[in-house]
Amino acid sequence: MELKTAGKKFSAVRNACKLCAPLGASVVFCGIKEAVPFLHGSQGCATYIRRYLISHFREPVDIASSSFSEESAIFGGKENLKSGLLNVYSQYKPRLIGVATTCLAETIGDDVGLFLNELKAERRLPEEVRIVNVSTPSFKGTHMQGFYATVKGVVAELCRSGAAKNRTINLFPSFLSCADIRHLKEIFRDFGVQCAVLPDYSDTLDGVSWEKYHKIPQGGISVEEIESMPGSAGSIEFSSTLSAEESAGRLLFERFAVPCFNTAIPVGIRQTDAFLGMVAKISGRPVPEKYSLERGRLVDAYVDGHKYVFGRKAAVYGEEDMVAALAAFLKEIGINPVLCVTGGSSGRFREALAAALGGDTAGVTLKEDADFMDMEDELEDLKPDLLIGSSKGYQASRKFGIPLVRVFFPVHDRLGGPRMLHIGYRGTQRLFDEIVNVLLSKKQEDSITGYTYL
Amino acid sequence: MEILAQRQRQVFRKGNDSFDIACERRSLSGSVSQRACVFCGSRVVLYPIADALHLIHGPAGCAVYTWDIRGSLSSGPQLHRLSFSTDLREKEIIYGGENKLYGSLCELIGEYSPKAAFVYSTCIVGIIGDDVEAVCKRVSRETGIQVVPVHSEGFKGTKKDGYRAACEAIFKLTGTAPVQVAGKYSVNLLGEFNLAGESWIVREYFRKIGVEVTAVMTGDGRVDDIRRAHGAGLNLVQCSGSMSYLAQMMREKFSIPFIKVSYFGIEDMAEALYSTAAFFKDDPSIMSRARELVRDEVNRIYPAIRRYRRALEGKKAAIYVGGAFKAFSLIKALRHLGMKTALVGSQTGSREDYRLLKEVCDEGTVIVDDSNPLELSSFIVEKGVDLFIGGVKERPIAYKLGVGFCDHNHERKVPLAGFEGMLNFSAEVYSSVMSPVWEFAPRNAKRVHNGA
Repeated sequence: MELKTAGKKFSAVRNACKLCAPLGASVVFCGIKEAVPFLHGSQGCATYIRRYLISHFREPVDIASSSFSEESAIFGGKENLKSGLLNVYSQYKPRLIGVATTCLAETIGDDVGLFLNELKAERRLPEEVRIVNVSTPSFKGTHMQGFYATVKGVVAELCRSGAAKNRTINLFPSFLSCADIRHLKEIFRDFGVQCAVLPDYSDTLDGVSWEKYHKIPQGGISVEEIESMPGSAGSIEFSSTLSAEESAGRLLFERFAVPCFNTAIPVGIRQTDAFLGMVAKISGRPVPEKYSLERGRLVDAYVDGHKYVFGRKAAVYGEEDMVAALAAFLKEIGINPVLCVTGGSSGRFREALAAALGGDTAGVTLKEDADFMDMEDELEDLKPDLLIGSSKGYQASRKFGIPLVRVFFPVHDRLGGPRMLHIGYRGTQRLFDEIVNVLLSKKQEDSITGYTYL
Repeated sequence: MEILAQRQRQVFRKGNDSFDIACERRSLSGSVSQRACVFCGSRVVLYPIADALHLIHGPAGCAVYTWDIRGSLSSGPQLHRLSFSTDLREKEIIYGGENKLYGSLCELIGEYSPKAAFVYSTCIVGIIGDDVEAVCKRVSRETGIQVVPVHSEGFKGTKKDGYRAACEAIFKLTGTAPVQVAGKYSVNLLGEFNLAGESWIVREYFRKIGVEVTAVMTGDGRVDDIRRAHGAGLNLVQCSGSMSYLAQMMREKFSIPFIKVSYFGIEDMAEALYSTAAFFKDDPSIMSRARELVRDEVNRIYPAIRRYRRALEGKKAAIYVGGAFKAFSLIKALRHLGMKTALVGSQTGSREDYRLLKEVCDEGTVIVDDSNPLELSSFIVEKGVDLFIGGVKERPIAYKLGVGFCDHNHERKVPLAGFEGMLNFSAEVYSSVMSPVWEFAPRNAKRVHNGA
């Protein structure tokens, strides 16, 4: 059955369900060891993105800016870029500075690559300081395009031929939580396989309490680990909407013949099976017993909870890859994802969602390039039992009295967003329990008797 | 910590340096300023006008980062809590965004029936050559709803220039509706944004002393109140960095005098009421009611303040806020709690602000303009402060170092203005500084362990 598409009523965006591209770039750069993100444009871009990220991660997030003036907007931002990079170096002594362009720099047509070559020729920065430059105009895509472009940009800049062959697996996990990344690293450790995760902000954006101030938070994947990616045994990339041109794994395959395996974000049993199977295949090692047990417990919980969720309706919103992965998970537990909304407009969401639902798209309405008010328009008719997405769905949740399960990014109104686990059997277990309990809680609160056994 | 060469004159230590602080400069590229941009300045000032449409003309980012961003409450319409953007795409970057702006305005005005609309220009609008002014005029003409362009391109100056652009936008509304028969003694509150309901607290004080509030700009703001604001006898300007310009324009055009006030802390709140009463001196009962109100309120809150003070006496604080004027009130409020200010700074202070700050500060206090996380963190460590007062971006600097924090920025959800605000402020400072969790923070744990 053909996926139903809901149209747009407004040409303006009302409560956008997307963020801008440099935010995605900044998150990726935060996941590299001793790196400082640098936005080429007005001061506000860096500051707004910092504030947005800090409200979620509750950690220091320093993002530099070239702080355009009117002169830079007219004559180009070359001088601001150069002096800004030198100032960042002088303050932070970073190993890598990640330069991402804003709308303004892109619109005036600054040739950042050329400016950086000039700076390099002038030898004003130590040679070991690496500078990665990505183009991230927000008028061309969302924060996810910015995120993926930066992962690819980092690989393109740092990976050269001649890396020694090794048994490491490269992992490009998309925009997951810090807990998710930690869990992925644990999975690889349990397999006994080295992995190189890009980006890895699991410590930099969810770190320990400090004894002294760290200019750059500790953690992240090192420049050397990225440089050795061309010698790896294979790459795994989580995404169901990434195009070949956007894919870092694809680039490693084309340039260095590193096999690239693509899979959905591993939420739910089937998608986690697929991911673990992939690791087993590339590494030639069996899935560790620990995960069979986690899977077994999860199946047991699915059985215990199946009646509470079966036939319920959910609206899912957020990044295309997240929505598709969550829709697949909901389907496998018997919840119908009646409304799937994304602010993205990659053009590949429809196909990804249909694949996630195994072709069974009956009763599912899809909205791409949509905003929160578009979603609200549909909620009125569809009356789902549950909303699943970022904390930005709260206004809709409150308006319609539909409980909200907060996932992924951002979570601005609760503590612990970075520590939310979504992936693997364990993350699925947590999500499943939460969904069941949210539904039970609603049932309990709405009931006249207030049952004490449910 | 080495301060960047070009920033060294923006950092000052009372007692050591001759006073010559540099300020009102553009942020240095690569310094990681805590400031945002021109757009931010305009957006924060106009944001609380609750029955206006706020349309941000540009790609979606600027709108999404300012969606529901302030703690400004409205007693009626909630239109300001929605985020609207023309969401410009590549097509508009090439061919211009005027059509999309026109279409968006017409649709949104049709859907939400706002009393007026503000169109904020973002960085690229001028570059792609959109004539925003012309589109606004056309839509005003066609819909009968006043559409006001806000010249807030991010790179055209600093946050302070954004305040100015917002004042210009507000000034286009003032005087456009007939004055309602107001009481003889009426004021406008400028630079009061009704964070967590603060305007309501302050309004109530004025009502009690017999002074009517014509318009609050912009807390719990209404377009029609602003249109009639020229009927007030006096403008009270808080947050003078953002709103003095509007007060000056209103003085020139409508001959309304203004005085600078602050509603934070016991002295400043009392002073705001007294100076208003002194202005309306032909009715001495206003002053006697003001004195009575201050006496009652101070008596009411003082026992609790003294209890807090017993615990907080001798603790040290750092202050880094948007406008320097607020910092004066905070230094005084902290003194009531027995606390010293070891570091004070602002994003947008003027020379005069810093000169006054220097006067009220103790010897050795560090004063910073347009600072950054590395400077702030190093001064916090150097001074050994127990509390940091700032906004969301400063919070993790404090927390990572095991230092208490009080949010005094525009996102706060606790009212800190007026006498009861002083009580809330004291309670918040107390609950952060006295929390037992700091014992686990490595910096403190080590100090305790070493018997220091």
